[in-house]
Amino acid sequence: MKILVLAEINDGELAEDQTSKTVSAATSLGKVDVLCASNSCTDASKKIASMENVEKVFVIEDDIFSQSLAESYSETLIDTVSSYSHVFAPSSSFGKNILPRIGGVLDAMVISDVSKIISSDTFERPIYAGNAIQTVQSIDKVKLVSVRTSNFDSVPLTGSADIEKIECATNNTYTTFVENKIQTSDRPELTSAKVVVSGGRGVGSKENFEIIEGLADKLGAAVGASRAAVDSGFAPNDWQVGQTGKVVAPDLYVAVGISGAIQHLAGMKDSKVIVAINKDEEAPIFQVADFGLVDDLFKAVPEIEKKI
Amino acid sequence: MKILVPVKRVLDYNVKARVKADGTGVDLANVKMSMNPFDEIALEEAIRIKENGKAEEIIAVSIGVQQNQETLRTALAMGADRAILVVATDDVHNDIEPLTVANILAAITIKEGPDLILCGKQAIDNDFNATAQMLSAKLKWSQATFASEIDVEKDKIRVTREVDGGLQTIDAKIPAVVSVDLRLNEPRYASLPNIMKAKRKPLEEISPADLGVEISQRLKVIKTKEPDSREAGLILENIDQLVEKIQENVGG
Ligand SMILES: Cc1cc2nc3c(=O)[nH]c(=O)nc-3n(C[C@H](O)[C@H](O)[C@H](O)COP(=O)(O)OP(=O)(O)OC[C@H]3O[C@@H](n4cnc5c(N)ncnc54)[C@H](O)[C@@H]3O)c2cc1C
Repeated sequence: MKILVLAEINDGELAEDQTSKTVSAATSLGKVDVLCASNSCTDASKKIASMENVEKVFVIEDDIFSQSLAESYSETLIDTVSSYSHVFAPSSSFGKNILPRIGGVLDAMVISDVSKIISSDTFERPIYAGNAIQTVQSIDKVKLVSVRTSNFDSVPLTGSADIEKIECATNNTYTTFVENKIQTSDRPELTSAKVVVSGGRGVGSKENFEIIEGLADKLGAAVGASRAAVDSGFAPNDWQVGQTGKVVAPDLYVAVGISGAIQHLAGMKDSKVIVAINKDEEAPIFQVADFGLVDDLFKAVPEIEKKI
Repeated sequence: MKILVPVKRVLDYNVKARVKADGTGVDLANVKMSMNPFDEIALEEAIRIKENGKAEEIIAVSIGVQQNQETLRTALAMGADRAILVVATDDVHNDIEPLTVANILAAITIKEGPDLILCGKQAIDNDFNATAQMLSAKLKWSQATFASEIDVEKDKIRVTREVDGGLQTIDAKIPAVVSVDLRLNEPRYASLPNIMKAKRKPLEEISPADLGVEISQRLKVIKTKEPDSREAGLILENIDQLVEKIQENVGG
């Protein structure tokens, strides 16, 4: 068994939470190597070298990797990747873009969104928006595993792995980067926040969403949204929680003006405590909430913010 | 330009999945099946590209059981020009893995010669999110996943992708495989006259063997179970109680 983790590095910046939890999932099978491919990996590789049970950090620096385009990885890193029995990546938009393409090149299935590692060839993963959990056993020579990071803890930073630069011919004749519209915010990251406050269609407008953001800031929380809120333009796409958005499992999830469709629940029902505020007492969100308040959000949320 | 759109027949998104008592999978006997919502969006986009004069033909492909015919008739009624049904199994519970689907689609692509393949980003049943990426690798084509905006130019396609940090725009050289996200468009309903017309559009039926593709299964299903269920909790009387509960659980 030889295990490789693809570190998620976007434009030189390590996605530390995602990568650390992926390392944590992978190290349940043994010690791992980590591959850092980006335009600049100095900070990222140092951080990764300190993660527990990382044996070796391979670094390849080239501008071609800066925007995490799938072809850059699949065309150039195949030789490196195919010498391993397991390749892990976070099941983020980074991992979901790259890992199946590597699977196509290697003729191996990808085991997406793994929530539990049973053994070196057997894994658990949610299907049907989390309405069923399936255990699958892979017969592929190389196991390609994307990790549902919200199900794993970060690893402690107690290690001191060797960092080794590698060279390979880089090539991507398929896609070119044009621009990014990336939101920066002082709030905690949605997928790793301890508290998340989310708003839905009930919030009504982009302006009204400030009520949600106000409560979130008071609690030091990340802000989330339902698909309906994002589709209506109340919130940016990267706030969407659910089957097709982000999967979160904070200590506390506050759902405001969200009905609780299965596709939304798919992204938040592993939260430790769920609080729901909705004016409709029949809303399905109350069936999963630990604490519910049947009230108008425009009255309740500002008052809660004041009293906290 | 020719566009290929693969469409999967899945459990309707409004129907709650029930795990079969024997743990072999989700029960699909006598339940409402529909076109995978993401594939509907892919098809809608193909139709719009054609309506804008940038494509001449749209071919819809479905892989699975005989009944996938219905899904293809829907695709034809929405606006696909013709359809190919690959009958790959006679049991609806036998899900064909993305890797095999990619092999079948690659073989069809070589036969039909499309310039662009528009796929849904994931099937809402197995949630793999893999077919488009595997297909583009097999064909050695450009890949653009999670599209929320598509602009077809002369020899390239500009795609805005929904990524974790926000939006990323890339140019992909044609031929390309694009996987589409929810916010790309809102699919149309097929009108009654178009449903009638669709009955006369060509629907070809083939087998994987006709394409020289073997159905392989790399992931053996060991068991399928219900997720741990959450109990409904407490409905609180007033805001003060809620404030108390929030405070207890922040940083707790
Ligand atoms: C393929 C597919 C994938 C999907 N993926 C996702 C996903 O990833 N994430 C996601 O969230 N959804 C997803 N959806 C959409 C999902 O099915 C629902 O449509 C969506 O979650 C509804 O959002 P909502 O709860 O905000 O809106 P609604 O269902 O309209 O609910 C609004 C709620 O607000 C309440 N409300 C209104 N006004 C007030 C007020 N003044 N005070 C208090 N409460 C109020 C109402 O009682 C209602 O319960 C997906 C759908 C499909 C088909």
